[in-house]
Amino acid sequence: MDRVPILKIGDVLLVSIQGDLDDQSVLTLQEDLAERVVATGAVGVIIDITAVEIVDSFVGRMLSTIAGMSRMLDAETIVVGMRPAVAITLVELGLSLGGLRTALDLEKGIALLGRTASAPLDDLSAVGQ
Amino acid sequence: MTVQESSSRRRIEDLMRENEDRLVDRWVEISNAPLRGRVVDSDVRRELRDLLRALLRSSESPDGGADLRGLLADLSRTRARQGFTPGETALAVFTLKEAVYELVEADGGEEVLHGYISLSRTIDELGLYTFEAYTAAREKIIADQTEQLLELSTPVVKLWDGIVAVPLVGTLDSARTQVVMEKLLQTLVDTGSEYAVIDITGVPAVDTQVAQHLLKTVMAARLMGAHCIISGIRPQIAHTIVTLGIEFGDIVTKATLADALAFALRQSGVEVVNRRRTRVSVRAEEA
Repeated sequence: MDRVPILKIGDVLLVSIQGDLDDQSVLTLQEDLAERVVATGAVGVIIDITAVEIVDSFVGRMLSTIAGMSRMLDAETIVVGMRPAVAITLVELGLSLGGLRTALDLEKGIALLGRTASAPLDDLSAVGQ
Repeated sequence: MTVQESSSRRRIEDLMRENEDRLVDRWVEISNAPLRGRVVDSDVRRELRDLLRALLRSSESPDGGADLRGLLADLSRTRARQGFTPGETALAVFTLKEAVYELVEADGGEEVLHGYISLSRTIDELGLYTFEAYTAAREKIIADQTEQLLELSTPVVKLWDGIVAVPLVGTLDSARTQVVMEKLLQTLVDTGSEYAVIDITGVPAVDTQVAQHLLKTVMAARLMGAHCIISGIRPQIAHTIVTLGIEFGDIVTKATLADALAFALRQSGVEVVNRRRTRVSVRAEEA
């Protein structure tokens, strides 16, 4: 796999990782995502890792890096669909991914973003009018 | 085995073959005496007759010993399952000596006496073999039970839509925590529940290791996007945790399962209303 597609739904960017990532595509994804956040002015990034079965510390750190990067650009990152085996591996590796928000599936992730992000946005649009 | 030994051994075996029925009767009688009616005579008679025939066969053919050992292992296994002590099990074999000795005494010949010594040595070996088979059978029973216990002791129950609970009972070790963790996380995925309550009312003691296991489970559930609540912390356990200096951080802990359920319901936006009060007021109006 060379490039991970980044989809835009409203104010949210959706990254769905299909299959296991190698180190190069992880780095490419980080750069692409930062560019897209700036270009679209997204308020949220959802990373769907339902299809990821194997993680190492590098992928674990990627999630933290993306979360930190997006926060700098004023977008919130939510990781959704983590498998039990992946969660256990990350805990055993000692990566608690502090500051990263998670949800069970994509639907709950979008709902979580909606709860936190939509309220201030509505206020802003009201000010604009 | 010298020539003389083998001939005297053959002599006593012939004697046993000739008096088989009498020998089995006496053997059953002697071996059942200390068991005080915990066994059925006819079953024991069949078992012991098979054993005796296998023993007599074993000296004729080179691979006859395998048959005998198989029968002995069966006997030990069934007795281990029925709850007999290893001593009682081995006694079933050793009592053969007494029964044979009565035959030897009646015969009175010196050659038979020599054969008896040789036979006695064989019976000792067989008795020790029952001990080993008995121990192996018992160990297998214990291993099976441990496995069953592991499966039984980790149920994940659904308390409400989106709220599951794991009532933990018994001491937590690494193996059990692993099973609990995997089962809980899998249930979270399967049911799409956002709240998990880990109830430790049945955990007798919490030390740093158990706390570490709990924290790991909570962290893993959090990574998947679920909220974990630990409930059922008894006063002594709260005291131990604080004394040991274990930090539960921002993990929600509650005293009882009911408190945890109420908290999870509130967090997920469910309102619980007490209806009994209205019924009381209706009755008051009727009166």
